[in-house]
Amino acid sequence: MTLRQSPAFRIGLSIAVATGLYGVSFGALSVAAGLTVAQTIALSLLMFTGGSQFAFVGVIGGGGTGSAAFGAAALLGVRNAVYGMQMNRMLKLDGWRKAMAAQVTIDESTATAAGQKDLDEQRRGFWTAGVGIFILWNVFTAIGAVLGDALGDPRKWGLDGAAVAAFLALLWPRLSAREPVALAVACALVTVLVIPVVPPGVPILIAAFVAAVWGWFSRGPEREGLEPDIDPAKYEDAAHDRERSVEESGGQA
Amino acid sequence: MSWSLWTWILLASVVAYATKAVGYLVPPRWLENEHMTRIAGTLTIGLLASLTAMNAFSAGQALAFDARFGALMAAAVALLLRVSFLGVVIIGAAAAAGFRLVAG
Repeated sequence: MTLRQSPAFRIGLSIAVATGLYGVSFGALSVAAGLTVAQTIALSLLMFTGGSQFAFVGVIGGGGTGSAAFGAAALLGVRNAVYGMQMNRMLKLDGWRKAMAAQVTIDESTATAAGQKDLDEQRRGFWTAGVGIFILWNVFTAIGAVLGDALGDPRKWGLDGAAVAAFLALLWPRLSAREPVALAVACALVTVLVIPVVPPGVPILIAAFVAAVWGWFSRGPEREGLEPDIDPAKYEDAAHDRERSVEESGGQA
Repeated sequence: MSWSLWTWILLASVVAYATKAVGYLVPPRWLENEHMTRIAGTLTIGLLASLTAMNAFSAGQALAFDARFGALMAAAVALLLRVSFLGVVIIGAAAAAGFRLVAG
């Protein structure tokens, strides 16, 4: 199978474009939160896990300390350890490939790989989505940061509203059943209740503690909360349609 | 402020990579328990919900009810209508800017 005929490659590419593009919103929100363009670019290059990056700048933007931002980002990244374990077992990589794979192990690359059936396709899906997002996410972060820097007063452009929308959009795909909705409401309520009594940024960590305790006692489906922001399954039909049209045209594409 | 923020950025990045790498390095059975998977999931939901609330309602150490609430509602409607991520973010910004313009 050539790369162009591989459904995993096409799905990975579509996911990379869709996810990479929203790096623009991260870049703009990060400078609006008070980080420099260089700090914003560093986060996308080095941290490279969208949720944690948004969390880090979200806490700073809300007046929180660097240590609170660090805590929120680190805790939101915990799910990547679960993804790493799954990818380790699925992709069977060795040495330096493993070290590279770790950096691009995120929601979307894991979900793209997990959606495929044989090992070659799983590997193609993982690397295409992972490396594709890494490149595009960094390019669009830089564009967003420079644009955001040029905009001036972030409030005038509603960038504080954009941050609210971004977090809700990251949360949304994970609210697939009654339990995650109840958990989300509980953590939002706890946050609002403690905002007036603890320093900025700390409410996030209190909510994380509530969520961890909830997870410990939960009896719900194991994978709740581990849904990707952009679901590769949505791109599968499009890939299959294209595949079919290639076959019908005699496979000349 | 700037130097110490750089320190936290680098430290958080090291921890982010280490967290990903842990999955590849430790024996699967260490992480393969229901509690670990569940807590990874509930942490994700809880933190994102908390970040949404904080960004919508906090003004330093006080609560505020302003244009950002309009952004929250507009984003929720956009998500119900299955608008893409970037579309939702733009709608959130437009809503906040719009409400602020109207309120003066």
